[in-house]
Amino acid sequence: MSDRNGLADQAAALDTFPRLLMRHAAVRPDRPAMREKEFGIWQTYSWAEVARNVRAIACGLAELGFKRGDRLAIIGDNRPRLYWSVAACQCLGGIPVMLYQDAVAAEMTYVLQDAEIRFAVVEDQEQVDKMLEILPEVPILEHVIYDDPRGLRHYSQPMLKGLDELQEMGAIHDRNHTDFLDAEIDKGASDDISVMLYTSGTTGKPKGVCQTHAAFIAAATGAMGFDKLTEQEDILSYLPMAWVGDHLFSFAQAMVAGFTINCPESGDTVMTDLREIGPTYYFAPPRVFENLLTQVMIRMEDASALKRKLFAHFMDVARRCGADILDGKSVSTGDRLQYALGNLLIYGPLKNVLGMSRIRVAYTAGAAIGPDLFRFYRSIGVNLKQLYGQTETCAYVCLQPDGQIKLDSVGKPAPFVEVKLADNGEILVKGPMLLKAYYKRPDATAESINAEGYFMTGDAGYFDEDGHLKIIDRAKDVGKLRGGSMFAPNYIENKLKFFQHIKEAVTFGNDRDCVTAFINIDLEAVGNWAERRGLGYSGYTDLAAQPAVYELIRDCVEKVNADLAADPQMSGSQVKRFLILHKELDADDGELTRTRKVRRNFIAERYAELIEALFEGKQTQHIETVVKYEDGREGRVSADLRIEEVKTFAPLAAKQAA
Amino acid sequence: MMNDMPQAVQEQTQGTGRRIGDVVLDLQNISLSFGGVKALTDISFNVREHEIRSIIGPNGAGKSSMLNVINGVYHPQEGRILFRGEERRRMEPHMAAEQGIARTFQNIALFKGMSVLDNIMTGRNLKMKSGLLANALYWGRAQKEEIEHRVKVEEIIDFLEIQDIRKTPVGALPYGLQKRVELGRALAAEPSLLLLDEPMAGMNVEEKQDMCRFILDVNDQFGTTIVLIEHDMGVVMDISDRVVVLDYGKKIGDGVPEEVRANEDVIRAYLGTSH
Repeated sequence: MSDRNGLADQAAALDTFPRLLMRHAAVRPDRPAMREKEFGIWQTYSWAEVARNVRAIACGLAELGFKRGDRLAIIGDNRPRLYWSVAACQCLGGIPVMLYQDAVAAEMTYVLQDAEIRFAVVEDQEQVDKMLEILPEVPILEHVIYDDPRGLRHYSQPMLKGLDELQEMGAIHDRNHTDFLDAEIDKGASDDISVMLYTSGTTGKPKGVCQTHAAFIAAATGAMGFDKLTEQEDILSYLPMAWVGDHLFSFAQAMVAGFTINCPESGDTVMTDLREIGPTYYFAPPRVFENLLTQVMIRMEDASALKRKLFAHFMDVARRCGADILDGKSVSTGDRLQYALGNLLIYGPLKNVLGMSRIRVAYTAGAAIGPDLFRFYRSIGVNLKQLYGQTETCAYVCLQPDGQIKLDSVGKPAPFVEVKLADNGEILVKGPMLLKAYYKRPDATAESINAEGYFMTGDAGYFDEDGHLKIIDRAKDVGKLRGGSMFAPNYIENKLKFFQHIKEAVTFGNDRDCVTAFINIDLEAVGNWAERRGLGYSGYTDLAAQPAVYELIRDCVEKVNADLAADPQMSGSQVKRFLILHKELDADDGELTRTRKVRRNFIAERYAELIEALFEGKQTQHIETVVKYEDGREGRVSADLRIEEVKTFAPLAAKQAA
Repeated sequence: MMNDMPQAVQEQTQGTGRRIGDVVLDLQNISLSFGGVKALTDISFNVREHEIRSIIGPNGAGKSSMLNVINGVYHPQEGRILFRGEERRRMEPHMAAEQGIARTFQNIALFKGMSVLDNIMTGRNLKMKSGLLANALYWGRAQKEEIEHRVKVEEIIDFLEIQDIRKTPVGALPYGLQKRVELGRALAAEPSLLLLDEPMAGMNVEEKQDMCRFILDVNDQFGTTIVLIEHDMGVVMDISDRVVVLDYGKKIGDGVPEEVRANEDVIRAYLGTSH
């Protein structure tokens, strides 16, 4: 072992992941690299153990005939041995390809074919069954190696092999040919492809994004410096390995910084495991933060009156000054004392229950996060921040710097990253973390990287006065009003949808004089609201038409307008008129996609007369629509819809008011 | 349901993937009556090592009585029971337990206020050797023993995929999960013969599929012989090696699922004439 350490030390440049791994094994052999909860107890693997295991898997794969440049499919939950397989594959100069473990077999076929997978390391029987099912379509697949042997005892296919057996085989090989793997690692270069991540493919077939060692190491190094991350961090690895975020946080950053990743016991125990580990560094999409908050609120409602009162009081204090204290701004002594007391009684215990007591940095990304939600976590002292990036940029473009958090921006360009805006507002990005290419798709590569070497994100945005990037919409959706101001429908709709009473919103304004909106109320939220005030209603259509509901929604729209007015870029696109639709937008009627995204053009066609009425400034408009029931029958719904005007604000006045 | 299963599982359910051994339990001419009511009349069948043996029949056919005879709750007036070749005289349930027979109940019999972990731990009862006082003080041998038992229980929790409810009181769990916990407690005794009384009663399709998989896995991985009573014909035919059919306390059919399915008496008595 000692001369191996010597070799690692000699490797002058730590420019590939295998070199980083061997380096950690040499300089911090006993520090925990990974933990996994098994049989109710956290098992720890030190860096030395991880390195030893990775070597064994790599040698085992090599003995099976895995060659430099081969792709290795990896499918399963976040298990240490699957992360080791990623590293083992890289040691041999192979390219790991992680697949979403929830995908059904047929969905995996395309990626396995596209990446020409000969070797797959999978978690368990479930994944093995999928591989066997699609074998006829992927005849190139030669070896399927499984981590958990449970239920596989009677599988007699010669292509199957247990990871235990492979590792044993590899360990013997490594002992007998000590130099083999070190030589393989030496052959690696920083601009070799380190991983291939498939984009989700909302448009067209998924594309394999090829990222080099250099790209991910740059992204990880930059983020570490930015947030001052050290080998002391603990992170919970629970998001799909196939997703770029997990690869950055749980693999690349852990390998660069040498901190500890923790694998939960199962998908259902994540909450408990989070509490037990108490990560210092945490990542979650907005919906996770939202679920956590909902759980807290539901439990608070069942608490005793005194506790509820205490909670309400101190949450007010937190809202008033919590975020400012976190940002290091000046706060009055009285508030500071109140906050300290609140921390003792409420925020501290609450963070403990959420598993967030030790968090130094938490990130969210992937979707717009509601301002109330974001403010809640920051106000109780969780340093929650937003980042911006995509698979093609190693999820690393913009980060919010500590102390400069804005609710609706994604922060400043990260270290080493250059961001500029195209004439149409599209965000262009350049830096070491850019993709090398799309796998076997030179056409797509050429389309997404322009002549000057900028990656075209397809997102539209702009920089505010402090140099923070604001994302407004997909570039292709952004239009202009006749008056020349920018019109970003998604941006306005998101703002509307953050109100709990509004479920869906569709805005119109491209090539028009002003902006108008269709609103869908949230039947549950508005229904509750109506019940509390003793408003009777017979169903959605009836409730949606009530004057009191119109008033409720008008308040929401006015707040959005005030918000838009404060933003010089957006002040022109305030909502002038709106109506509440008589039916809920529905995927069965083709108005939404199956993932509940608004199909703008379809709606514009279907409700053309309503849109005209909105822009003509009519008071009411009759509409009759055909609706499809779930059993396929059709029915008709007709209604006279009211159209209401909303107050708009002058840009400057609003700014002063805010 | 069979079509969804991978080939290996199908093979296994047809009994070709696993070696079925000798007869472990032989019931000969069993008759049981309560006063004037005849619950079982002249029933004979046997159970082989490692097999999944099902007892089916309409309500009141005597299925549960049969199970109670096997684990010593009822004592038949006539007939012989041979367990591992030895004729069994009068036997009490705890003696059955000591011989490696464990069971679950039609109506869940767990401690509702205790956690899943503790409930499964009670299944280790017979294996605990240290005294009450040592256990209460968690001292000496009791400490080592407790850890060994906990390891075993954690293996079962892992096996049944109930890690997330380890510390949840059983009373707070949905019915399907309670059934799974009960299976866990029976497994904790490391039985060689497992009696399951309607393990899938009252479950939805998904829960039934899960339970089927666990029963097959227990049988496959631990080699446990399983006798199960079930109402759901589909389930029985899918996972059993052999099936006994009872009707009004009499045996009217016995054989592999295909035979039983084709048996005229069975069709008339149980499946209804429309089948």
